Amino acid sequence: MEPEAHGPELVHQFSDVQQQKNAASLGMWLFLVTEIMFFGGMFCAYLIYRLEYFNAFAAGSQQLSIKMGAINTAVLIISSVTVVLGVKAAEAGKRKLLVGYLVVTVLLGLTFLVVKGFEYREKFEKHHVPGATFSFTDKFDDNGKQYAVNSKEAELFFSLYFVMTGMHALHMIIGIAILGYMIFRARAGAYTAGHVTFVENFGLYWHFVDIVWIFLFPLLYLISRHPLK
Amino acid sequence: MSAPIEHEHHVVGPKTYLLILGALLVLTATTTGAAFINMGVFSPIVALGIACFKAVLVILFFMHVRYSSRVTMLTVGAGFFTFLVLITMTLCDYISRSWGLW
Repeated sequence: MEPEAHGPELVHQFSDVQQQKNAASLGMWLFLVTEIMFFGGMFCAYLIYRLEYFNAFAAGSQQLSIKMGAINTAVLIISSVTVVLGVKAAEAGKRKLLVGYLVVTVLLGLTFLVVKGFEYREKFEKHHVPGATFSFTDKFDDNGKQYAVNSKEAELFFSLYFVMTGMHALHMIIGIAILGYMIFRARAGAYTAGHVTFVENFGLYWHFVDIVWIFLFPLLYLISRHPLK
Repeated sequence: MSAPIEHEHHVVGPKTYLLILGALLVLTATTTGAAFINMGVFSPIVALGIACFKAVLVILFFMHVRYSSRVTMLTVGAGFFTFLVLITMTLCDYISRSWGLW
């Protein structure tokens, strides 16, 4: 075997760095496919119960703030761009730029969580959090006509709302923790010496979390504003 | 087999990223605005259609699938396709069981 000129990052089972990178990216994608199924199960449950208890789900959805949801969508999209620019900075070997983009990403991630926190607080104040104190007296607004809804069915909507957004937020928190670790390592020059796989794969994870929100936003906030009936 | 896969490392410029960012933000504004317009049956279709388009942009450009190896493309495609099959069949079942009640 002819020894190739390469950094210490190439492990022995791969013939070259490109093959190792492809394998790492494929492995990350396989993990993300399991995540599609994980979130997909919840999306499916939400759609089934929405068919079953449409009025209550529409009434619950009408209680959410479209403005906050849209702001958070924009924040996450911008944070995706700061991550790809970070990967680019790492590839170009620009340490300070990489650290800067990672820090901005952390700040955007925290912004998302703070906005989400305000939304959650409002749910607590209105007793829209499922549990012993849950109460739902809001009407289902069908293009101007008001209908009372079963509060048990509305509780199901909010259970799914909290599970889905909560699982998404948990992914964000894990992402922010990994970002913190990466900032710590990047400051020491870890990713700017030619081996950027970790940053790239983190980027895939972060974009995936962004995509989950891109679907959660219309499903929870938008599609029940003007009911079909 | 040591034949290198013919893809020189494709470097995407920041211009592309900013263009996609612009498109994603415009689409977010569009879908938000569309939620306030009564389009009947088409409201959820428009909202989810825009969401799918945004997701495809993120996958192709930010997640670099457009510049990835074929096996990665196949994995991503198979993942989403399998999910689509699962959700379509499940929802077909539920819709047809409670026909007219939804």
